[in-house]
Formats: sequence, C-alpha cells, structure tokens
Amino acid sequence: MNLKTKALKKSLWVYHMSGGSCNNCDIEILDCLTPKFDIERFGMVLVGSPRHADVLLCTGIVNKKCVERVKEVYKQTAKPCVVVAIGSCACSGGMFRDGYQMGGPLDTIIPVDVYIPGCPPKPEAMIAGIVKFLEKLK
Amino acid sequence: MNNKQQNTKKVVVPIGPYHPLLEEPEFFALYCEGEKVVDVEWQAGYNHRGIEKLSESKHWDQVTFLVERICGICSTSHPFAYCNSVEDLLGITVPERARYIRSIIGELERLHSHLLWVGLAGHFLGYNTVFMWAWKYREPVLDIFEIISGNRNHYAMFKVGGVRRDIENEDIPKIRKVLGELKGQIEMLTGAVLDDPVLAARLKGVGVLTKEHIKNFGAVGPVARASGVDIDVRRDDPYAAYPLVEWKVITTENGDVFDKAVVRLLECFESIKIISQCLDAIEGKKGEIQGEIREVPPGEGIGRHEAPRGECFHYIRSDGTNRPVRHKIRAPSYVNIPTFKASCIGQTIADVAIILAGVDPCYCCTERVAIYDAEKKKKLYDFKYLVEKSKEKTEKIRKEI
Repeated sequence: MNLKTKALKKSLWVYHMSGGSCNNCDIEILDCLTPKFDIERFGMVLVGSPRHADVLLCTGIVNKKCVERVKEVYKQTAKPCVVVAIGSCACSGGMFRDGYQMGGPLDTIIPVDVYIPGCPPKPEAMIAGIVKFLEKLK
Repeated sequence: MNNKQQNTKKVVVPIGPYHPLLEEPEFFALYCEGEKVVDVEWQAGYNHRGIEKLSESKHWDQVTFLVERICGICSTSHPFAYCNSVEDLLGITVPERARYIRSIIGELERLHSHLLWVGLAGHFLGYNTVFMWAWKYREPVLDIFEIISGNRNHYAMFKVGGVRRDIENEDIPKIRKVLGELKGQIEMLTGAVLDDPVLAARLKGVGVLTKEHIKNFGAVGPVARASGVDIDVRRDDPYAAYPLVEWKVITTENGDVFDKAVVRLLECFESIKIISQCLDAIEGKKGEIQGEIREVPPGEGIGRHEAPRGECFHYIRSDGTNRPVRHKIRAPSYVNIPTFKASCIGQTIADVAIILAGVDPCYCCTERVAIYDAEKKKKLYDFKYLVEKSKEKTEKIRKEI
C-alpha cells in the first residue's frame, strides 16, 4: 500500500453529486449525517467542492445534460478518488434504462469503484458498502 | 432595451448546478446591484428523465412504480394522483379499508416531508441544531413506513383500485406509540422554532408573497395557504378517507417565510390527527383492500392529490389497450417555483437561499425538456414546431382511425 492510499483511508471527505435522480438517494445520503447514523464520528464530512473530496458519491441515471458536468466534476477531484455509484439508477439505469434522456449508467462515463444498489439503498447499506471497500484497500 | 441587455450590466451570481446548498442539480443566476437582487433566472433540465414518455411504454400496473420514482420525498403523491385518475376513468370506488390506508400513507408522508423541510430551512439559516433535531424526529416516521411497507422510502403501497398491502392489526399499537411520542417532539420543535427571537427577526417580512402574487402565479399548497389563500384539494375535492375524518386547513396571512414555516409545522399536527382517526377506523376489523379490475376502457381521466407541496395533478388517456397513450403530470413545484420572480427581487443575496428554500421546491418533479442544436446554437423544438408536430400526429391518427 503506497502513501496515497494509506492517507486516503483516514477520514474520508465526501462530495455528493446528483446526476438526474429522484432525490431519494440524495436524501438518504444526508440522512447518514444525522443523529441516528452519524457517520461524522468516523471523520466523514460532506464538503462543498470536488477539489476537497476523497470520495465522489454519484446518484441518478446521469442524463444527457449532466454527462459533461459529471466528467468535469470528476476531472476536478484530487486523485486517487473513490467513485461510488449509489442506487439502482447509477448502477444500471434501473427503470429509466430505455428513456430518451438516459446518458449513463455512471460506469460508462467515469470509472466506478463501488456499487451500492437499492432503490434507495438504506443508510446502513451505504455505510456497509464503504466499509467493504476500505477493507479491500488493506 | 430588452431584458437581456439590461441584465448584462449587472453582476451575475451563479448558484449551481452543483452547489452545496442544493440537493439536486439546478442552476440559478441572480442578477445583482450591490447586495440587492434585481432579477432571477432559472435553468432546469439536469434532472429530466422523460417519465411521461416512459409511462406510455409501461402497462397500467407498472406505471404506479414509475411515477413513484418521479420524486423521492413526495413519492406517494404521484401514485396517489395517478390511481385517482385511472379510477376516475374507470368510474369505480375504492373499498373503504383501502381508502383509510391510502390516507394514512399520504399523511405519514406529509409528516416526514414537512419535518425534512424544517430541518433543511434550519440548515440554510445556519441553525444546524434545528437540522439535526428535525431529522432525528423524522426517523421514527420512516421506521413506521418500514413496518408497513418494508421500505423507508418508495413504499409501493398504491395500486389501481386499492392498495397493495394491508396494515396488520398487530402493527397498529406500534404505530400509535411512535405517533404519540412524535406529537410531543414536534410540539417541542414548534415551540423552539416559533419562539426563537433570532429566527423571527431573520424570517419575518422576508420573501413576502401577497394574495395577488399567489393568484397571478397560480401557486398552490402551503405557499398559497401561508399567504391567506384557502385552498386544499383534500377538502375542496374530497377523495380517499379525507371526508370521513375531522381536520382543518391551516392558513396564515402574512405570506413571508416565517408564515410558511408556521403553516408546515401546524399541518404536522393535523396529519397526526388524521392518521389517528384512520387507525381507529381500521383497527380490529377486516375488509377488502382492492377492487377487481379486468380492463381499462378507452377514455380519459384526471386525478388530484394534495401533496406536501401542493396540488399534484395527473391526466391519463386510454385507447383501450393495456397502456396509457398519454400521461400528463403537473407537480406542485411547477407553479410554485416561478414565484421566485416576485419573492426574491429586491431582497439581499443573503436572504435568497432561504426564500428559494421557503417554497420547498422539488426540482425532480418539475423537469421539462427543450432540445438545442449545439452547432447552430438554436432551439430546435420551439413551441411552434411542437404545435406543428402535434397537428401532424393528430392527422396521422385520424387517418388510421
């Protein structure tokens, strides 16, 4: 494990990006920060700029208007950056797969490291997904 | 001088599309003179998924799941309005037990949506304590949803002609217990928010919408009720179990952000009242929860539901096949968002965030599409073109028939 990955593992800073979702995954991400789940005790914070982020949480189908924006946000992040596809839409397109506005799924646009399926995934599932990923880094 | 030329002279403050303030990708351009906002421009489309078109390729039963995914926060209001519209077309009545269950789900959703709004409003004002409080009290409501439907959001409870699952009698005491605790907690939260001198100074007289504004923009829901316009679909066009229970419509007079908060917080108590009465009505009894539907005849139907943000409207047209030929959706935020034009102008930049949030806008409900030619920089499908297309299609269908 090199220095970069070692540093990445400590207190992940998270940037949240919605690429055309129904809002529910985004709300559940916010829910992770509130008293019941409180992921801030592990040093995870939502940050306001992709340049500060270690983790990119991406939700939604990534519609055609968002494709360029998503690429741009990914370009701005400091590497190494973990990309997490949250929800069925980001993982596979879900029920919007055949829609005319479908630009994704996410892994056709930017490289994805972790997939967390569910509609929406529960906060517990999100935490479990990140924990599994961290164990894999070891 | 036209509007655009005027705007080029002013300072433009862009908000979005990816901004820490906004949950959803959305773009606002604020035109400012010093601290004062003189114009607002809104750009949508980052959330557009083409749901109306997709709906035409799914059969009647599948559409309920599709429209549920229009919006995550008010995810029951769209199936509610859709089922109302198909039932309007079929001309059937829903079994009584199903009507009560529908109202329970609808009101639980209003509870969690309003608590979510109070939290976010607190967050925008820099009162993170309110944010954490409100979201903590919202969790038990989601737990009730998990007991009833198995999922925290996207409950999939609705079905044309009834509901998909019953509320088990042994679950009702659990729900009552949570509701009882919740009532006390919301009372405490309401007191803390409404009696706080800082919040009152910050919110009173900010983003005022008069009755005239509401009528001109056609705004609905808590936004209209906060300005003294007494409209509520649940009372004006009764459906489900709303005519069978006792409750009242909350209105206030001032139309500022403070009053919008008051309306939403007081509506929570009305919701708890409705849920308790509905639980009384179904407790210990058994009954049908779905009617029998063989096929959907040709025709058209409309359905409405008072979503947490206002009136949600669905229109469907059937040609006798197993899928709708047209499905038109109008979510409440579509008429509420343009009120920014009236409420933001003349305010300071610092106040705009809370005014934008005060409407409780839901962008994923509101998305519309416009197609541009990137090389020629022009709008391809303008209104005229669409009208021509529409006429062509009518002509085509007429020939076929």
